[in-house]
Amino acid sequence: MSVLVDADTRVVVQGITGHQGSGHTRQMKLFGTKVVAGVTPGKAGTQVEGVPVFDSVREAVDRTGANASCIFVPAPFAKDALLEAVDAGIRLVVIVTEHIPFHDMLIMYHYAKERGARIVGPNCPGVASPGKAKVGIIPNVVFRPGRVGVISRSGTLTYEIVNGIRENGLGQSTCIGLGGDPVVGTSFVDALPWFENDADTDILVLVGEIGGTAEEDAAEYIRHHFTKPVVAYIAGRSAPAGKRMGHAGAIISRGKGTAQSKQAALEAAGARVGRFPFEIPDLVSEVLRERGRR
Amino acid sequence: MVKLAEWRGKEIFRKYGVPLPPGRVARSPAEAEQWVRDGSVPLPCVIKAQVLAGGRGKGGAVRFANTPEEVRAAAQAILALEFKGERVREVLLEGKLAIGRELYVAITLDRSARVPILLTSSQGGVEIEIVEDSAIIRQPIHPFPGLAAYEKRRASQSLGLTGAASRALSPLLDALWKAFNAEDAELIEINPLAVVGEGLVALDAKVIIEDDAAFRHPEYSEIRDDRTPLEEIAREKEIAFVQLDGNIGVIANGAGLTMATLDVLTEFGGHPGVFLDLGGTDDPAKVSEAFLLMAQARPRAVFLNIFGGVTRCDTVATGLVQAMGQIPPAERFPLVARIRGNNEVEGIEILRKAGITALSSLKESAQSVVAAAQGPTAAGGRA
Repeated sequence: MSVLVDADTRVVVQGITGHQGSGHTRQMKLFGTKVVAGVTPGKAGTQVEGVPVFDSVREAVDRTGANASCIFVPAPFAKDALLEAVDAGIRLVVIVTEHIPFHDMLIMYHYAKERGARIVGPNCPGVASPGKAKVGIIPNVVFRPGRVGVISRSGTLTYEIVNGIRENGLGQSTCIGLGGDPVVGTSFVDALPWFENDADTDILVLVGEIGGTAEEDAAEYIRHHFTKPVVAYIAGRSAPAGKRMGHAGAIISRGKGTAQSKQAALEAAGARVGRFPFEIPDLVSEVLRERGRR
Repeated sequence: MVKLAEWRGKEIFRKYGVPLPPGRVARSPAEAEQWVRDGSVPLPCVIKAQVLAGGRGKGGAVRFANTPEEVRAAAQAILALEFKGERVREVLLEGKLAIGRELYVAITLDRSARVPILLTSSQGGVEIEIVEDSAIIRQPIHPFPGLAAYEKRRASQSLGLTGAASRALSPLLDALWKAFNAEDAELIEINPLAVVGEGLVALDAKVIIEDDAAFRHPEYSEIRDDRTPLEEIAREKEIAFVQLDGNIGVIANGAGLTMATLDVLTEFGGHPGVFLDLGGTDDPAKVSEAFLLMAQARPRAVFLNIFGGVTRCDTVATGLVQAMGQIPPAERFPLVARIRGNNEVEGIEILRKAGITALSSLKESAQSVVAAAQGPTAAGGRA
């Protein structure tokens, strides 16, 4: 078992002929992922990294049995790419593209939801389950198979922490990067039940950051429904209020959204919250030792 | 995020049919006087500074006038103001109305529910942050059907509107909903929305446009009121660059790692002054440009913290070494570098050849850069 992806995941890369699309197709294949198709309108018949390119997702699905998509197309075209993937029957879409307007993302999220498809992202590093499959861009070197689950709103900070877990001699079951945009296809609360039910996961690492209330929502879920131990880190304790990361309407969060609020909520829910990113791998090892699982 | 001044917000309101007081924008006292003399703005009128900061009423940035002479004097006084660090370039003149109740109406995004949300309160005219939660009605709007008639009736009821005022609310909410979507707004707020006679009038306008939708709104590209000049250059070069109050420059990649780096520096007694997020790049020239931009901010010391993914360590190292050669001796600063991840070994070697030692522990590098910012000696190397 794993979360979202497994050995049967067959990936179509939308925007495969671009610089990022082709480079990460190579990395996904090196990870062991079955990348079966690419899509770039007008480039059908060519190959990228040995992967056949089609004009449409529909053709890619019909010809290769692709069941997951990884989107690299530029932001103005991302909404169309998502709609095309969902309409072709794809049920997992990882959107790496950044700077997608949240108004577009609202349409994309609800469209996918109504058709039973799951979006991870946008502006995210994707999903990886070592030894099985990776859909996205997380560097291969940070992984090794293991039993630590990871959910994060960050990219590089996740790599840093996941790498630290590996250096401590542990490995990961599945790692999901949710992305840092205001509207995300998958939130902490969406992903937590998957890890609760995943037989391969013993402990969960949650990496959050300031803004919004996703971590407070997660804490609420953890308190009532999550039985596995949780280690958490929240980035942005020292970030000044009002400089970029601007909360879209302080009125919705009303006192929530600060790192302090998120840390307190998670601690109250029983999570071990690290003050520094480099403490997280050690906290994971410590909690597992206490529970006699190492 | 592009915050629009009141008058720009009201231009959007006018476009979509939100009722406004009769008004005009003036950029000089003479122009202000002319708008009342030619009858464009009726007397008595209110003269308001067009700045983004709140609290204008208490800060002397809003005045009333009964004669053309008073209008001129008020405009002159306000246009000479620097309000909370912002120079006043425009004033908005509006005819004074006989105001009844003051209400609050806004549409924004509910991130957790992933839907737009209509907020209404019968306690308008005060900062909404101080209004009790229970006095604010939250109506989620599903993006597919859009704002429904029953949702508008509910809003009207929550605001205590009846008769003609209640009927006036429906097209007003439709206009806000349309503007929220068509203008790619993050927030559209009317506070206060005044009951005037049998009708409703938007006395203020707060509109924030989403940055990421800039590609379909070239009309907003000229509005960049709240950025520093260096932040503006960075924006043009597509580098995320934020100026803070401290003296340590931070260059990292990815928002999360950048924030975590600031946190660690702060914990060890450092004061981050500028942070720069390289994001994902594989172009050494872009890294080099970022470094030169950092030099212009005159930091006491710089901490480079990179975890290589899309951005490879050797790319960053190459860009850094290129930039070093271009920084004049007088502007050089102590540099502490930490690079991990993709092509780490190659990156460290490139830095070593240029005389820069890369550390691998975040804790040690943070302590080292904090010390460098406090003292005259460089740690790690010199750029």
